[in-house]
Amino acid sequence: MTQALPLGLVILAAVLLLALTFIKRKSPPAFREIAALARLKKAAGLAVEDGTRLHVSLGRGGLVSPRGAASLSALALLRQIGEQTSISDRPPVATSGDPVLAALSQDTLQAACQSAGVDELFQPTSGRLGGLTPFSYAAGAMTVARQEQVSTDVLMGDFGAEVGLLTEASERENSTLIAATSEPSAQAILFASAAEPLVGEELFAAPAYIGNDPAQRASLQAQDILRWLVILALLAAAGMKMVGLI
Amino acid sequence: MKRSPVAAAIAISVGLIILLGTFVPIPLFAAVRLELVQWAAILAGVAVLVGIGNLFSVHYQKVRRREKGWFYSLTLLFAMLATLLAGVIFGPTGAWMQAALETIIFPVEASLMALLSVTLLYAGIRLLRRRADWMSALFLGTVALALLASVSLPVIGEIPVLSDWISPWLTYGLAAGGARGLVLGVALGALTTGLRALFALDRPYGGK
Repeated sequence: MTQALPLGLVILAAVLLLALTFIKRKSPPAFREIAALARLKKAAGLAVEDGTRLHVSLGRGGLVSPRGAASLSALALLRQIGEQTSISDRPPVATSGDPVLAALSQDTLQAACQSAGVDELFQPTSGRLGGLTPFSYAAGAMTVARQEQVSTDVLMGDFGAEVGLLTEASERENSTLIAATSEPSAQAILFASAAEPLVGEELFAAPAYIGNDPAQRASLQAQDILRWLVILALLAAAGMKMVGLI
Repeated sequence: MKRSPVAAAIAISVGLIILLGTFVPIPLFAAVRLELVQWAAILAGVAVLVGIGNLFSVHYQKVRRREKGWFYSLTLLFAMLATLLAGVIFGPTGAWMQAALETIIFPVEASLMALLSVTLLYAGIRLLRRRADWMSALFLGTVALALLASVSLPVIGEIPVLSDWISPWLTYGLAAGGARGLVLGVALGALTTGLRALFALDRPYGGK
C-alpha cells in the first residue's frame, strides 16, 4: 500500500506526459505570463545582437542525487539558450559545481551548436566546472560573471546559500539576472536579492517558456493537472479528518 | 554527432530497471538496481577527475592567452599542482595536507560564509528599494521577527512573547506550510522532468 500511491502517481504522470506530448493540437497551449522568463527570452536575443555573453550557472546538484531533477531541467534550459545564442560572437558559458553536470553541460552546448548549424563555433571550455565545494563553485562562477563580458546571468538548478554571492556578483556587473532554484532556503535568498525571482516549480517551467519543444509544454501541462489533483486530495483529506473518517 | 538510438535505449532500459527496482518488490530488480547505482557512483568518481582536468584546462588557456584575470588563474594552477603533489607524496592525511586544509581551505570558506551574511543583510536592506510592495514588507518583517526571536538581547535576554509564541507559530506554522507547498510543486516538477529523461524526450546525454 505504501508503494502503491507513489507508483500510481508516477504511472499517471507518465500517461499524462506521453498523451499530451503526442496528441496533435490545433494551437499550442497558453501559459500565464512569467515576467522573468519573458526577460530571459529578450536578453538572449540582445546578447546575440550586442556580442555579449550569457552565463548559465547550473548549480551543484549531482545527477546521482535526489536533486538531479533540478539539474536536468537546467540542462534542458541550457540547450534552448544554446540553440538561440550559439551564433553569437561570444557563445554562452555554463558553470556547474558537479563534475558530471559539467561534462553534460559541455555535451549540451555542443549539441546546441550542431542543432544551430554552427558546429565550428563550439568551444570545449564553454562548459566548466566552477569548483567542487559550494563556495569554491560560487567563487569560480563569480569570476566568469566578472571577467567574460557577460550581459545576462542565468542561475538555474540546485543551489544553497552560496547563491547570494552569485546574485551579488551579477548585480555589481549590472547584468540581467534570472534566477531559480529547487531549494527552499536558497529561494528565500533569491527573493531578497534578485529583481524578479522565480519561485517553487517555476524552475521546471523555464524550458517550456523559452523553447518550442512539445514535450516541455506537455510536461508543464501534466504538472498543472497533477497539482490540481494534489490540491483536491489535500482538501478531501482535511475534510475527512474533520468529520472523523480518517 | 547525431542522437544515438543505442544511447537512448540504454538510458531508457536503465531508468526503467531503477524505477521498477524501487517500486516492485522483486529481488532481481533490487539487486540489478543496486549494481547499477554502484556503477553510477564509480562513474561519478571518475567524473571528478575529468572535472578537475576541465578546470585545469580552462585556467591554463586563460594564462596562455593572457586573458583578463590571468594572474588569478596562474595562482589557481600553482595551488592545484602544489596540492596534488603534496597529496601524492605525503598522502591525504599527511601533515602538509592537513595544514593546507586547516590554514587555507577552511579559513577561506569561512570568510566567504561571513561575506555571504553581510551580502544577505545588504540585499535585505535593498529589497524595499528594488520592490516596494507588500510581499517584500511581509518578507522583511518575518525575517526581522525570526532574527529577534532567535537572539538573546543584552539585559532583557530573550523577548518573552516573541520567542515563546510568535516565532514558533511563524516557523512551524506559516513558514513550514509555505515550504511544504513549495516542495510539493518542486516534487511534481522533478517527477515530470525525470519522466521526460526516462522516455528520452529530453536527452541530456547529447546529440542533435
